[in-house]
Amino acid sequence: MSSKYKEILGKYANARENLVSAMQDIQESEGYISPEAVKEAAEYFSISKADLYSVVSFYAQFKFTKPGRHTIKVCKGTACHVRGSGSLLSALEERLKIKEGQTTPDGRISLERVACLGACALAPAIVVDEKVHARITLPELEKILNSLD
Amino acid sequence: MEILKSRRRDAQKVWKEFSDGAKTRILIGAATCGRAAGALDVEKEFAKKLAETGLADSVEIRQTGCIGLCYAEPLVEIKRPGEPSVLYSKVKPADVKKLIDEHIVGGKPVQSKAEAVMSDAEYMGIKPFGEHPMVSLQKRIVLRNCGIIDPTSFEHYLARGGYEGLERALSMSPEEVIKEVLDSGLRGRGGAGFPTGMKWSFARKSNSDTKYIICNADEGDPGAFMDRSVLEGDPHSVIEGIIIAGYATGSNHAYIYCRSEYPLAIERLTLAIKQAEEAGLLKSELPNGFKFDIKIKKGSGAFVCGEETSLMASIEGVRAMPRPKPPFPAVSGLFKKPTNINNVETLAAVSSIMREGAAMYNSLGSEKSKGTKTFSLAGKIARTGLIEVELGTKLGDIINKIGGGCADGKHFKAVQTGGPSGGCLTAEHFDLPVDYENLAAAGSIIGSGGMVVMNEDSCMVEVAKYFVSFTESESCGKCVPCRMGTQHAHKILEKICSGKGEPEDIERLQKIAFTMKQSALCGLGQTAPNPIVTTLRYFKDEYIEHINAKRCPALVCPEMVHFSVAADKCRACGMCARACPTGAASGKPGSPYSIDAQKCISCGACYQACKFGAIVRQ
Repeated sequence: MSSKYKEILGKYANARENLVSAMQDIQESEGYISPEAVKEAAEYFSISKADLYSVVSFYAQFKFTKPGRHTIKVCKGTACHVRGSGSLLSALEERLKIKEGQTTPDGRISLERVACLGACALAPAIVVDEKVHARITLPELEKILNSLD
Repeated sequence: MEILKSRRRDAQKVWKEFSDGAKTRILIGAATCGRAAGALDVEKEFAKKLAETGLADSVEIRQTGCIGLCYAEPLVEIKRPGEPSVLYSKVKPADVKKLIDEHIVGGKPVQSKAEAVMSDAEYMGIKPFGEHPMVSLQKRIVLRNCGIIDPTSFEHYLARGGYEGLERALSMSPEEVIKEVLDSGLRGRGGAGFPTGMKWSFARKSNSDTKYIICNADEGDPGAFMDRSVLEGDPHSVIEGIIIAGYATGSNHAYIYCRSEYPLAIERLTLAIKQAEEAGLLKSELPNGFKFDIKIKKGSGAFVCGEETSLMASIEGVRAMPRPKPPFPAVSGLFKKPTNINNVETLAAVSSIMREGAAMYNSLGSEKSKGTKTFSLAGKIARTGLIEVELGTKLGDIINKIGGGCADGKHFKAVQTGGPSGGCLTAEHFDLPVDYENLAAAGSIIGSGGMVVMNEDSCMVEVAKYFVSFTESESCGKCVPCRMGTQHAHKILEKICSGKGEPEDIERLQKIAFTMKQSALCGLGQTAPNPIVTTLRYFKDEYIEHINAKRCPALVCPEMVHFSVAADKCRACGMCARACPTGAASGKPGSPYSIDAQKCISCGACYQACKFGAIVRQ
C-alpha cells in the first residue's frame, strides 16, 4: 500500500462497519474519493472495488471529482425553499455557468445543493467554505461571490 | 452514586460561580443558528472591546446553546454580579460598545436591545423571559437546559439535576424502569409515536449475549432542527437517556448515528461522551455491575437512514437500504443482535422522566399523547425558532401566539408538519389540538416536529413538487412503488407547474399516491405521497387553476410568471440590472429600465432588488 492512505486506513480495523468512517476521513483529507483511494481501501477492507464503490456512491456526501478551491453549498431544506433558495441556486448557476454538482473550469468554485442544514429559522442559508451564511439575499450573494479569490 | 458525590459538590460551586458569580458574565448563544447569524463575530468584538477598556479580567465570556428564539439571533445575555441577567436580541458587533459602556460599566441595561430578563420578576422595565410571547405558552422539559447552561460543562449539567435520573434508574430493577417509562406515556418522538416503554420491553425480553441501543440523531427532515438544538445545547441529557435505555433493555453498547451536516452536534457529543467516561459513567462498571459504552457514527447524507433498518445497514457498512419487518430490530437488529432504537428527543425526555417520575410527565399532554413535544418553527412565520409545548396545544396557539403569525403582515396559507412525510394543515385547523391522533385524522403527522409555515406567496402545487423531488432523490431505489412512484409523481407535478397539466393528472396523482401508501417497503415510500394527498385535499383549486387557466395564483411557478418594469415607478437606479444574473434587466440612467422576456429566467432577483416596487410580477 502506498503511504498516501496508509495512515488513515490504519486507524481502522479491517471490519466492514469501519468502511464508511474510513472513507469519510479520506474525503476530509483529500476533498474527494479518487480512483486510487477506492482501489486501496478495497484492498484494505478485503472487498472488491465494485462492492466498495456501490456503498460509497450510495451516500450523497461522497464526491468523486476534485472539488474547487471554494465550495458553495445551497441548502435545499423546506424552510430555505419557501424563502427562495431556488432563486439563489439558479442565480449561481447562471453566474458561474455551471450546474449544481459541478466545478468551474478554472477550479475556483464548486456548487452543491445540500440537504437541510438545520438553520431553518434563518433561511435561506448557504455554506461557503464551511461558514454558514444566514438570510441570504441575491445582492448579498453577489458580495460573497466577489469576495472569493 | 458514590462516584458522583464529590463531583456534585464541585458542580454546585461551579454552577453558582457561573449563574450568580462575582464576575460579570456575558453569555453568547452559539449554536448553529446563532453562529450563522454572526454570534462568533459578536463574541470576538466583546473580547476585543473588553481588552481595550481593561475589563478583560473582570468579565467572563461564555457560550451556550439555543434558547429557541432563533429569529432574534444573535442572542447575548449580560449579567452583573447580584443583578439579574438581561437577554439582548439581534446583537451586532456595532452594538457591543454601547452594551459594555451602558450595561456592563454603567449598570443600566440597553432598553432598545433588551428582549427579556432571565428572572421571575420584571427588572428596570424589562419583562421576564417567562412572559415573553414566544415563551409563555411553552413547557420546557427536553429543552430545560438549552440556552441556559454551557453545553461543554459536565458540572453545569450535574448541578441542574443531571444524572439523577440515571442514579434513580440504577436503584431500581430494569423491569421497574421500563414500567416507569410506560407509565409516563412517553411515545417515540422520531415520528412513529410508538410507546417507548413497550419498545424497551421487547428488547428486554430478547435473549442474547449482546444487545445494542441506537440513538437516531439522523434528523433528516428538511425544516426540522429540534434534535440538533438538543445535541448542541444539552448533549448530556441524551447521553443519560441512552445509558438508562441500556440498563433497562440489558444492552451494553450504544451507537449514536448523527448526520454529518451537524458538525457542532458531533463535536459536543464527542466531548460529552469523554466527560461521562472520565466520570466513570461509561466504560466502567457501575455500582450494580452494569457496564456501558457509546460510540458515534457519522451519517453520510442519506435521508432514508432515518428509517431504522436502513440506519442499521448504514452502521454495518453496506448500502443503507431498508428491509422488510419482521423480524423487528428488538429481535434481530444491528449485526443481527437485538437492538433498541430511539430518537434524540425521546432519550432526552427519558432523563427527565426518570429524575422526576412518571407522574410528572403523564400529567402533561392530551388523553393519548402524553408529555411535551418540541417543534421547530420555520418558513414565513414571524418568530422562527425552537419551542416545546404540551401535546394537545392548539395549532393556532402555536402559529399565532407563540410564532407571532405570518411574517411581514402577509396572510397565513398553510403549515407543513412532519416534513416530506407529513402534510399541510390550513387555517381551518387552528382549533385542532396538536397530538398524534388529531394530526393523523387531518391527513398529516407530527413527525419529528418540523413546522414550516407558508403564506399567500407560496404555491401549494410547487410545494408538493418540492417534497416529491426531495423524496425522489432520497428514495433508495429498492422497491418499485417508491422508486417509480416518486419519479412519476414528480414528472406530473413538474408538468402541471410548467403550464402543461391535463385534467386527468389529478386522478393520476391520486392513484400513484394510493399505490405507494399501500405497497412501498418502508416509511419513506409509504409517507412520501402525503404532501400530494393533503395539498390535493385542501388546495385542489390551485391545482385546477394551474391546469385549466395555466395560471399560478401565488405567482411562483417560473413558466407562468412574467416580470416587467412599471415605467411610472422606475427611478432608473439600476439595482435590477445589477441583480439580474442573465442580463435581461437593462437600461440607461434617466429613462425607465426594461426586462427582455427572451433572456429572463423568472428568478425574481430584480423583484427582490427593486426598492421602489417597480418590478411587476404577473
